[in-house]
Amino acid sequence: MIHEAKLMAELASAPEASESGAPILSNLSRRGILGGMGALVLALSVREGRAEEKSEPKKFGADGMPHGWQDDPTIFVAIAADGTVTVTNHRSEMGQGVRTSIALTVADELDADWSKVKVVQAWGDETRFGNQDTDGSRSLRHFFRHFRHTGAAARAMLIQAAAAKWNVPASEITTDKHVLVHAKSGRRIGYGEVAAAAAELPVPARESVRLKDPKAFRYIGKGEIGIIDNRDITTGRAVYGLDVKRDGMLYALVARPPVYGGKVASYDDAETLKVPGVVKVFKIDGGAIPSEFMPLGGVAVVAKNTWAAMKGREALKITWDDGPNANYDTDVFRGELEKAARAPGKVVRTAGDVDGAMAKAKRKVEAEYFVPHLVQAPMEPPAAVAQVKDGACEAWACTQGPQAAHDRLMKALGLPGDKVRVNVTLLGGGFGRKSKPDYVVEAALCSREVGGAPVKLVWTREDDLHHGYYHTISVERLEAGLDEKGMPVAWLHRSVAPTIGSIFAPDPKHELPFELGMGLVNTPFALPNIRLENPEAAAHVRIGWFRSVSNIPHAFAIQSFVAELAHAAGRDPKDYLLDLIGPARRIDPTTIGDVWNHGEDPALYPIDTGRLRRVIETAAKGAGWGRKLAKGRGLGLAGHYSFVTYTAVAAEVEVGPKGEVKVNAVDIAVDCGPQVNPERIRSQMEGAVVMGMGLALTSQMTFKNGRAEQGNFDGFEVVRLDAAPKEVRVHLVPSGTWDGPLGGVGEPGVPPVAPAIANAVFQATGRRVRQLPIRDQLSA
Amino acid sequence: MISLTVNGARRTFDGDPDMPLLWYLRDELGLVGTKFGCGQALCGACTIHLGGTAARACVTPVSAAADQEVVTIEGLSPDGNHPVQVAWRDLNVAQCGYCQCGQIMQAASLLKDTPKPDDGQIDEAMSGNICRCGTYPRIRAAIHQAAGQGQGQAGETKGGRL
Repeated sequence: MIHEAKLMAELASAPEASESGAPILSNLSRRGILGGMGALVLALSVREGRAEEKSEPKKFGADGMPHGWQDDPTIFVAIAADGTVTVTNHRSEMGQGVRTSIALTVADELDADWSKVKVVQAWGDETRFGNQDTDGSRSLRHFFRHFRHTGAAARAMLIQAAAAKWNVPASEITTDKHVLVHAKSGRRIGYGEVAAAAAELPVPARESVRLKDPKAFRYIGKGEIGIIDNRDITTGRAVYGLDVKRDGMLYALVARPPVYGGKVASYDDAETLKVPGVVKVFKIDGGAIPSEFMPLGGVAVVAKNTWAAMKGREALKITWDDGPNANYDTDVFRGELEKAARAPGKVVRTAGDVDGAMAKAKRKVEAEYFVPHLVQAPMEPPAAVAQVKDGACEAWACTQGPQAAHDRLMKALGLPGDKVRVNVTLLGGGFGRKSKPDYVVEAALCSREVGGAPVKLVWTREDDLHHGYYHTISVERLEAGLDEKGMPVAWLHRSVAPTIGSIFAPDPKHELPFELGMGLVNTPFALPNIRLENPEAAAHVRIGWFRSVSNIPHAFAIQSFVAELAHAAGRDPKDYLLDLIGPARRIDPTTIGDVWNHGEDPALYPIDTGRLRRVIETAAKGAGWGRKLAKGRGLGLAGHYSFVTYTAVAAEVEVGPKGEVKVNAVDIAVDCGPQVNPERIRSQMEGAVVMGMGLALTSQMTFKNGRAEQGNFDGFEVVRLDAAPKEVRVHLVPSGTWDGPLGGVGEPGVPPVAPAIANAVFQATGRRVRQLPIRDQLSA
Repeated sequence: MISLTVNGARRTFDGDPDMPLLWYLRDELGLVGTKFGCGQALCGACTIHLGGTAARACVTPVSAAADQEVVTIEGLSPDGNHPVQVAWRDLNVAQCGYCQCGQIMQAASLLKDTPKPDDGQIDEAMSGNICRCGTYPRIRAAIHQAAGQGQGQAGETKGGRL
């Protein structure tokens, strides 16, 4: 642990020493794709076959992430003389509850009184704190065991300090919720009273620290701890990226090229400069493809308040050079994707003889599924404050990747790492958008341009929707040959979608291992003959991570198709799905072409079909599977494995006379291994149901002439309260042990929602939906 | 010169009368609990009480608030313990929390006019407020709780209370 005064000084200090971060490409994650472009292109080539050809042993989990992990209590725990425990949280909080869950983990092992625990947010410095790239449903999965250790080590230091004070063996001292106890002599002393002495002690060797017996957990696994930021959130005191205020701060908006890859040809700012409060107008370079995480360029307007910057931007007259994507039209592009899906493509997994078995099959079923572009649209649009002054930059931002922001600021400003500091605010939602720090760089460029005043860079909702890092657009084509019992003897799946790799490398055409590994190559069915292909597709907008990413189209297609096969076979969809999954077994993902496995050790994280079966059965049971439903109602089911977690959804829908779909109730079952904070796991599943419903029913981004056609929540429709199910029942399926592997929580709830709804619609109406969103497809 | 009352304090403003109240509150007064989400009254993140009724600050010019009383989340209750705020904490409604100030202001306005709303009335009053995290089931339950009607229908949702 650390002296509280020292902690406060560090939090308040100017730019901290921080390493720039060498390119680390072994684990292709959002942060792992950073670094030199030469090395990058190599890393982006899809590796064929198995993952054996390695000179060094592959690192997994937190070990495999850039800058790995830290568990040193002198970095993460401070105890004040009054006993207040301050936990430094290094992961970004965007609603998943990580500030609460990490703090309660440390507090439990520390044997702290929760009412005396507070959390401060780490700035971006992975060398010091370990990996901070908050995405991929990894925070608890990667850091739970390390933060247990952190708390236990801090407790050991308090015990040592008390032992010295009382001159008794440390082994005779126990703790009792913030109090050190020497039972023999009946002495008791509060943590705060020995905190200063404990902070002087060396950190005990990792092996010597004993973790708590899980039976003695007070907070871990209990679900009784409220959100640590509850009071600030409900009183308006919580500070998000858009809420940061600095003395002398100016406000900026940027007019960006409406087409990805476009540039400013010319602009006229005469009217803008007449707007009272406008301070400066200048051009931001950019627009090169691939854009990576850097700004798109455009014209920036800096003003004395947000409103003046908005009016100033409106008054700009800009002529754009639209560049190579000027003709992007998603209706036309869908046709190209379909064409690609109807011809052979790159084989990404194959077993048996699909063509032979297909030819001999009793019956053939084929279907194509379409999922459009989506945009994350977090309620807080991207926003950042930055000050570039005296050869240093300090930024405050709602970012999922503070180290990524730090590194891009270095690059954009030409500053050394120790002259850049990124402070992390709360995030008003992230969903993958805030992994990309282009907006933080824009803020810094504005500050530099106005001579060093702090500048708040604001994105409007229109900016967010028009210049996003969109979820990909995809066609999934499935073909199955069925035997006389209606079970597949041949399975062919072609997945066609522009890759996220396109923001990092020029014009890649194939999905990357991490995209293929999101529910395509690791399809866990017992099939003798299977071939999975990935035909080519080019990107024409920035493609980025959207909560659960490629699992969305893969799960929608596969789980819909299974229900279609069940119908063709005249069987119950649940029984059919379970038969297709086959008996409970553990599949080594590397044996089915998944070289990624979410960055986890395949030995620790095999695909456990027994766990998948169990969540499907649990969701079905919760929904009363098999019960008789009123006319116009249907129950649909889907299960999916993602982020090394198993989820299933049973949705009950009601389709009205005009084809309007209402979701009455949803049962969602999740097996994520040990459940550190069941209360927040429930909330994540409830939220995933709503987000999954949105993309199933209403949400889409379309493009014409390279330009996004939706600009706000009137066009990009998301679920509102009146459409939310009256009942969302979350079933937490217990599994694993506290020293065993954890699964992800933030994302895995999303993928099974849309196929469960589509399957329910089929049961209700006999009509099969193969394209999302459903919108008015059932009205005709 | 525009005069108005914000959270009980008299204020004057001599800037652009067309400036939305949202930016006046946030940029000029530093009351950042009123959030920006859409700028077009489509999401409700900026909900305040104007003359005692819920209004969208992002489309309300400062001039339209002249001589009126504006209450923001910061002024909803002196101690932050309005029944709606308490219910929101009891049920751990928030995820990211960004939209919740607007949700709370809208819910407080609803309960002022309709002390015991049914689900239909809640739907009607609250559907202008978007929550992208999807906290709607808990919002419904929290409004019922604040109205003294128990936890409503929140399925198996159990909020932590420590």
